[in-house]
Amino acid sequence: MSVAVDRDATFVAAVSRIADDVAAPNAVDVDRQARFPAEAIQALRDEQALSAFIPTELGGAGVSFEAVAAACLALGRRCGASAMVFAMHQIQVVTIARHLDQAPWFEAYLRDVADEQRLIASVTSEIGTGGDMGRSVAAVTPAPDGTLSFEKRAPTVSYGAYADDLLTTLRRTPDAEPSDQVLVLSRGEQIELEPAGTWDPLGMRGTCSPGYTVRAEFLPEQILATPFSSVSVESMVPVSHILWSHLWLGIATDAFDRARSFVRAAAKQKPGQPPPTALRLSHLMSELSLLRAEVSSGLRGFVEASQEPGRESLSTMASQLRFNNLKIAASEQAPRVCQGAMGVCGIMGFKNDTPFSVGRHLRDTMSACLMVANERIHQTNASLLLIAKDV
Amino acid sequence: MNDEIRQIIQDHARLPNDVAALGVDADLYQAGMTSHASVNVMLALEDRFDVEFPDRMLKRSVFESIASIATALEELQVEAAA
Repeated sequence: MSVAVDRDATFVAAVSRIADDVAAPNAVDVDRQARFPAEAIQALRDEQALSAFIPTELGGAGVSFEAVAAACLALGRRCGASAMVFAMHQIQVVTIARHLDQAPWFEAYLRDVADEQRLIASVTSEIGTGGDMGRSVAAVTPAPDGTLSFEKRAPTVSYGAYADDLLTTLRRTPDAEPSDQVLVLSRGEQIELEPAGTWDPLGMRGTCSPGYTVRAEFLPEQILATPFSSVSVESMVPVSHILWSHLWLGIATDAFDRARSFVRAAAKQKPGQPPPTALRLSHLMSELSLLRAEVSSGLRGFVEASQEPGRESLSTMASQLRFNNLKIAASEQAPRVCQGAMGVCGIMGFKNDTPFSVGRHLRDTMSACLMVANERIHQTNASLLLIAKDV
Repeated sequence: MNDEIRQIIQDHARLPNDVAALGVDADLYQAGMTSHASVNVMLALEDRFDVEFPDRMLKRSVFESIASIATALEELQVEAAA
């Protein structure tokens, strides 16, 4: 137990140090140039952080999911884009690790991730599905020689050009229904990315997420045996919502910290007179506390449910509603906190070159409601609420 | 019971192919039932059999085939009779 706790603490401390020493000094440039946060990701590789969650018997550090979440929060406080790249990679690792079911190919693959610190991106969104990740157009397509291939038109692939490997949702066969999906892990040398579109967004600019037509050839053993429908509700969706929420909380926390520094600086200038902004800061703290509470309770609920035999409760509608609500709540509350911080800091927060700048924080968190559009999630929830009982 | 379940699937699951040809163990999701359509199937089953599926039953594995739905319904009817 204490070994596990030490392992977690060491990992979170190392990622926090990278956040402070590497991600923070590059954050402005990454944002301004809309460039990949190469320095931070390299530092995370050097620290073996990309394989931290992989069990020790497969070459990883075997840290807990809570530690991964804490690392996302720590990175989010310094550079939203670095945190998002790290979080999305971890989502793929956690998903594979929870569902590989002792498949030899996937076990060997995770060893490679640990040995070579391979970065995994996901290709889940697709043109023609109306933003519904539970449906695919592209299919696993067999060739006469037994090899398999796919071609998928993705409206965004985050850090696609910088990833070593891709985890892609596809229909099981060319005849399968849109909802009959599997996950395929294709390796860099098997992949061809044809860029489709540009990347000059409002926020999260360093994630470098333009569209691509993705083509790959692969072998049958590179298909995860568990159907995507199970992987999705038991792991990929809750894990995504939890890790994203943690990094959004990180960004909001830094915006709050900047607002607090601003108020303290004002208080020091006129000792004895509480600055008028102090009251606004207190209101802002309530908003931040709500976000923090929602994020930590979501994490706790997921960890508890994951420890049950068969993870039964994760596949219930009540559980889907809970983690969908976490995403909606956190994605709305994080930009609210950032905007509140800008209200406290005034013009000093609005300008991009002061110690109290929160424009990047606000822009980065405004992407949150689009990452699986909140309205799409509300549609799902509205349907589930017709039948779910104890929510 | 299976015939009544099959009729409800016919009316509410919006499957692209003929429901009559489906075996009792055939995977309804693989046959094209979406999550949204499955909710309508659940509502229709509750209405027809006068039961309420508790939350522990509201998951994919319970509604993935005619046979699994029948098992769940039988369990609920036994509970109601007890």
